[in-house]
Amino acid sequence: MIDRRVVDHVARLARLELTPEERERFTRQLGALLEYFAVLQRLDTEGVAPTAHIVAMTNVLRDDTPRPGLPRDAVLGGAPEQEDGFFKVPPVIESETPP
Amino acid sequence: MRRPAVEILARLRAKEIAPSELTARFLDRIAACDALLHAFLAVDGDRALEAARAWDDRYARGHDLPPLAGLPVAVKDNICTVDFPTTCGSRILGRWTSPYDATVVTRLRRAGAVLVGKTNLDEFAMGSSTENSAFGPTRNPWDPSRVPGGSSGGSAAAVAAAMAPLALGSDTGGSIRQPAGFCGIVGLKPTYGRVSRYGLVAFASSLDQIGPLASTVADAALLLGVIAGRDPADSTSVDLPVPDYLRALTGDVRGLRLGLAREAFGEGLLPAVGDAVRRAAQVLQDEGAEVVEVSLPTISYALPTYYLLATSEASTNLARYDGVRYGLRAASRDLDGMYLQTRRDGFGPEVKRRIMLGTYALSAGYYEGFFLKAQRVRTLVCQDFARAFDTVDLVVMPTSPTPAFRLGEKVEDPLQMYLADVYTIPVNLAGLPAISVPCGFADGLPVGLQLIGRPFDEATVLRAAHCYEQATEWHRQRPPLDGTAGAPAQEGRP
Repeated sequence: MIDRRVVDHVARLARLELTPEERERFTRQLGALLEYFAVLQRLDTEGVAPTAHIVAMTNVLRDDTPRPGLPRDAVLGGAPEQEDGFFKVPPVIESETPP
Repeated sequence: MRRPAVEILARLRAKEIAPSELTARFLDRIAACDALLHAFLAVDGDRALEAARAWDDRYARGHDLPPLAGLPVAVKDNICTVDFPTTCGSRILGRWTSPYDATVVTRLRRAGAVLVGKTNLDEFAMGSSTENSAFGPTRNPWDPSRVPGGSSGGSAAAVAAAMAPLALGSDTGGSIRQPAGFCGIVGLKPTYGRVSRYGLVAFASSLDQIGPLASTVADAALLLGVIAGRDPADSTSVDLPVPDYLRALTGDVRGLRLGLAREAFGEGLLPAVGDAVRRAAQVLQDEGAEVVEVSLPTISYALPTYYLLATSEASTNLARYDGVRYGLRAASRDLDGMYLQTRRDGFGPEVKRRIMLGTYALSAGYYEGFFLKAQRVRTLVCQDFARAFDTVDLVVMPTSPTPAFRLGEKVEDPLQMYLADVYTIPVNLAGLPAISVPCGFADGLPVGLQLIGRPFDEATVLRAAHCYEQATEWHRQRPPLDGTAGAPAQEGRP
């Protein structure tokens, strides 16, 4: 069920770069855990509704009144890089060469 | 001798000790013990003393004293504070400091608490031993070669070693009750929705709940009263009146029906632990409660159910750690590489394992068989408890199958580690309130008795736990720490 190819795929989905040693270890450990977790298949859950949340509440609304947000400096202060009031990230678009 | 918070507050009110003097003594105690135990990730003595001095004046004037006025409190480091970094025990947050206080912290401050420090935890509260902290493990005050439990191991060790009279922890699958049990103190997980999670760094949002760690049941009741109640900032917090929990401690359990959970006394349970819990039930029966047996047939399925749901929720909650907005960023020339390498460098092995498990369970082709299946089994676990509560007021089982294990013993075997929470996990799936109180020793280490209540019936949980505590001496036992830690002599302690 779990092989290195699946582990690589899941790591890619989770945006996690794994070391070769981690690939090896997670393949083994996740395989063992999922094998154990398969005991759930023994339980008949036909017609049982799934529980996503224990408190059954719908439409929790607050008054639509404007309030100040967190101070921008304080929020940006925790970021590794910022510029002109924005979070700064490496370039997403590689170059400016025209098509 | 370590004094309960309720007694310390009485001494403050009687002006036998000033808040600043009290805080200084706790800071001394931290200085003496924490090199060995490593319960704290951050302590700010100057700030704490300054806050305490402000209470000196108000005590001198003797009016307007809120419930925790001048009392030192420690806070688990996955709860946001503006005056300490919030690290979650992770490298990925580094020394990140929150721009806001969690609601529970706002309530602590309003109640007069003096924040002394932030306590160690398993990274993002993922673990059962506090060995998964990126900043090194906490040690158990009863035996420093053993774990304090997790993930609130720092908070539990801080209270057990009298470095703080009260502490906050968070409980997703047992992370308050299990370390309380391992460290011989009281830990209470409130009903899901009883306490605001605003400012608690999310691990598994449908399971997480903040609660007190304390040396007595009355102290836990006191702290719960301060933090409980609806918060507009957390739409899952419930708008129900908060009872006076201290007044619920009548010392009487007559008329209560307790159900020993049959399935919790089987395979995997250390016999000495089972014996201690059965004796505890007998004590409550002698006090006038009726004890019967109840069956929770699906709780043996709770562990895999929990790990599928908790890791799925964690994999989405932890997607926000991408190097953009907070903490660590790996140097990279492109955005995708920055995400991949930041998360590679920032997360520890247990967090990576759980993100992988959760991402797998949510991925196309496996969602129905794992995630949705687990959500359906969660319903069955809830129904088991609901059926039990048709006939009993409280369900009784051990907090953990064994006492504290050795550091390193289970680190490489995730399943063995996960089994340490086998009796606490079903309670989180059902969202119920539950307490762990000391009920004896096995191999010279503390054993916890777990009492589980109906939703929002913390008062009955506390009432029964308090009655048990009054009838026994276990909560007066202290870790034999002074010989090993070089802690200050008796008179130097609060």
